[in-house]
Amino acid sequence: MSHYDQGGWEAVIGLEVHAQLKTESKLFCGCSASFGAGPNENTCPVCTAMPGVLPVLNRRAVDYAIRAALATDSKINRISRWARKNYFYPDLPKAYQITQYEQPYCEHGKVSVEVDGKATVVGLTRIHMEEDAGKNVHDPRADRSLVDLNRASVPLLEIVSEPDIRSPAEAAAYMRKMRSILRYLGICDGNMNEGSMRCDANISLRKRGSDTLGTRTETKNLNSFRAVEKALAYEIERQAEILNSGGSIVQETRLWDADRGVTRSMRGKEEAHDYRYFPEPDLLPLEIDDEWIERVRAALPELPDARRNRFIRDYQLPEYDAAVLTASKELADYYERAVARHNNPKSLSNWVMGDIIRIANESAGEAEADYSSIPLSPEKLAAMVALIDDGTISGKIAKSVFTKMVESGEEPAVIVEREGWVQLSDSSQLEAMVVEMLEANADKVEEYRGGKEKLFGFFVGQVMKASQGKASPQLVNKILKEKLS
Amino acid sequence: MSVTMSAIEQLSSLSIEEASALLRKRELSSRELTEACLQRIESSDEAVGSFLEITAELALEQAGRADQRLAAGDDVCALTGIPVALKDIFLTKGVRTTCASRLLENFVPTFDSTVSERLYQAGAVLVGKVNMDEFAMGSSCENSALGNTRNPWDQQKVAGGSSGGSAACIAARQVLGSYGTDTGGSIRLPASYCGITGMKPTYGRVSRYGVIAFASSLDQVGPLATTVRGAAALLETVAGHDRRDSTSIKEPVPDYLGLLEGGVEGMRIGVPRQYFVEGIDPQVASAVHAALARFEELGAQIIEVDLPHSEYAVATYYLVATAEASSNLGRYDGVRYGIRRGGDGALLDMYGATRNAGFGTEVKRRIMLGTYVLSAGYYDAYYLKAMKVRTLIRRDFLRAFEQCDVIAGPTSPGTAFELGSRTADPLAMYMSDVLTISVNLAGLPALSLPCGADSHGMPVGLQIIGKALDEASVFKTAAAYEASTDWHHRLPEISS
Repeated sequence: MSHYDQGGWEAVIGLEVHAQLKTESKLFCGCSASFGAGPNENTCPVCTAMPGVLPVLNRRAVDYAIRAALATDSKINRISRWARKNYFYPDLPKAYQITQYEQPYCEHGKVSVEVDGKATVVGLTRIHMEEDAGKNVHDPRADRSLVDLNRASVPLLEIVSEPDIRSPAEAAAYMRKMRSILRYLGICDGNMNEGSMRCDANISLRKRGSDTLGTRTETKNLNSFRAVEKALAYEIERQAEILNSGGSIVQETRLWDADRGVTRSMRGKEEAHDYRYFPEPDLLPLEIDDEWIERVRAALPELPDARRNRFIRDYQLPEYDAAVLTASKELADYYERAVARHNNPKSLSNWVMGDIIRIANESAGEAEADYSSIPLSPEKLAAMVALIDDGTISGKIAKSVFTKMVESGEEPAVIVEREGWVQLSDSSQLEAMVVEMLEANADKVEEYRGGKEKLFGFFVGQVMKASQGKASPQLVNKILKEKLS
Repeated sequence: MSVTMSAIEQLSSLSIEEASALLRKRELSSRELTEACLQRIESSDEAVGSFLEITAELALEQAGRADQRLAAGDDVCALTGIPVALKDIFLTKGVRTTCASRLLENFVPTFDSTVSERLYQAGAVLVGKVNMDEFAMGSSCENSALGNTRNPWDQQKVAGGSSGGSAACIAARQVLGSYGTDTGGSIRLPASYCGITGMKPTYGRVSRYGVIAFASSLDQVGPLATTVRGAAALLETVAGHDRRDSTSIKEPVPDYLGLLEGGVEGMRIGVPRQYFVEGIDPQVASAVHAALARFEELGAQIIEVDLPHSEYAVATYYLVATAEASSNLGRYDGVRYGIRRGGDGALLDMYGATRNAGFGTEVKRRIMLGTYVLSAGYYDAYYLKAMKVRTLIRRDFLRAFEQCDVIAGPTSPGTAFELGSRTADPLAMYMSDVLTISVNLAGLPALSLPCGADSHGMPVGLQIIGKALDEASVFKTAAAYEASTDWHHRLPEISS
């Protein structure tokens, strides 16, 4: 029994998510915000903090931020302010980060999350805009540090949740949902391994039923969904063990060490930075009026929850199917392209949830599946299902067609034609095969007639086998029933 | 022994408007005028010490192009062909820009400030970069790490600061116009001490892009010249919205030169009862009273006004300005430019060694003060309270301006003091700005022009303060006074 269960504890978790906005240019200058350029290629006097330079707000980043606010039912503040967060580090060229502090642009949002079929709502304390820092790279050969400022001043959203999360699984579900929303909005790549989405977790324990909060720790360096889940599970156990043995939790910042699977202390409360926040005098307060909000709202894409409901309604899909298909915008797009080509929503849903997700995972290897580059077009998948539905091929043969299509990229009809996989639906030919099979298994026929009805499946299988899978199962069923009655 | 002016040097004593008229009539070339200035600098700057960098080659090349432009007769503006100097706080592409700091002593910018860009576009001639207090922190120009500037009227006395070089180079007739920055009086105070005209426009009137920041919410660029008209021409050339400075004002720039005439007849001039402070030099007080009397003779009405929160201005200023400065100066960390010390050691050691070697005493003092002001637990008591007082000071002015069109009074309680006499006493030094600082806190335009001299011949400055965006009334009031006096014609004798 875990220390957590033993102590009757309840975990109280709040997450801070940093999402990099994929605007063309940086938050306060015209430099490209793209990932992957050579060191310091995407820099200018402003983002390298030469003397005398001044920030100019990228209004496109505010458009994106408003999208996030609208998608999370947040209250948008008509006036918000920029602030400076001061600290020294070589990857922070101004020695301050421009962020929002006392007056963020949005507050009081919410996001619905589902874990094991149980839906909960996680509140959002606030979302604010800020600029990213650059990157220090240590060069061990020369024993020196190098600074790359390409990422300096790339726009970020910091999304701060209420302490509404109660388990590591719920935290992971929240992260997945948040990423899904950001991707649907087209404002963030959500690649945790590339750092375009990052997460810090605040966690404390309290006795079940209590409504006072315990002392919390903050865990940093959570750069995958798995890390979020594992680090929280570790931290919950660590805290429970201390509390069960009569100890008390130290308020501190901890670092997740993925290799060793532990969190360890990074700095205590006493060493916490004093960031000396104050209003940024180089920027005017940010005013977001109704017209701006409405302009963004009008162009807002459909969001995951709405799309899921539409899938249930329009495609008559079970709730489960709709949830799986719409969790990823790319997967849902794929599905809808297939359905547009051939109108058999449930069969296509089965194929997408099964074989398509499987091949996407296979081609991604260790990495996370990328549904934007599935190695089979939705049109070909649809064409194949159409061949099943019009009786040209059997469902069983379809599995082989599918594999060939993925390998060669050919049209399913071409494969079926070449391989001679057209389904046998000639009744007389099939009848002959059925008769032959029954004769060869006369003993089993006796048993069947004696009441062992399970053998019906065996007979179907034998015919399918004899036809090398090409026989129409429906027709075989029909003929068999006639012959055995 | 006094340095007398050669015939050619006397050209450098022309006002901007006089020189511009001769240039347009082709009776004088920009090249001749530029050479005159360079000669004048050569003969006088050892005594005065205005310049940190003389850009003779660039100046002559720009003068040559200005002459072509003048010959073609198109696109000629008020500053085409006019030699000017820039405080060494303005970034000038390819020309060393130091902010008078050891930290930046070898810093050569890769881009221009908006001000230098607009000057070049207008065809002005950049003769050099002039001295200042390091990072514009000071009231005497003695905090420069790179040079000593002396008052042209008495070389034992300070030129005032922080734009000391910008004022001294005008008083010594080394160039016809210059630019400085004014965060708490840094244009008006040296203008007053050196007997010339200096103007701080409304906050946001001139772009701060490419101007090395001291206190961002207070810093403002402004002109210095021998005449009001010259100052107006200098301001008109560089003022106006700049996309690269979000705090620059979008309002169109009025035609200052066109609005200069008209006099003060019927104008109401407010005189704050708080501006004749205790400890004011009686000679300053009497010179300013005489100027006020002159305004009455010219048809203006003098009204006493109340600025009740004036006494808190200096304290408020030193909280706000140092807080912003402590943050603005964080970027000088030895990583990307400027000097680097202790680069082989640990990171914190490099920061410490670089900043210790790079910054002077006053800069360090203000960084420490500002860091303290913003610290957790002190923010509310200091910074936040200062911001509230700042609002009260702004309201004082709004109320006063319900009764008057401009406000007038002394620029400083005294005249230029002896070099070294206040360096050991920062508070005494800070009090030199007691009458200029509240204008920055309120973001208003204000100008200082000469209105007399003390018994040692040291100039006295008259300060005229306007409503926000109303530089035109300030210029008009000053021009009316100037036209009725000779103070601006008085020349210092520079002894070497």
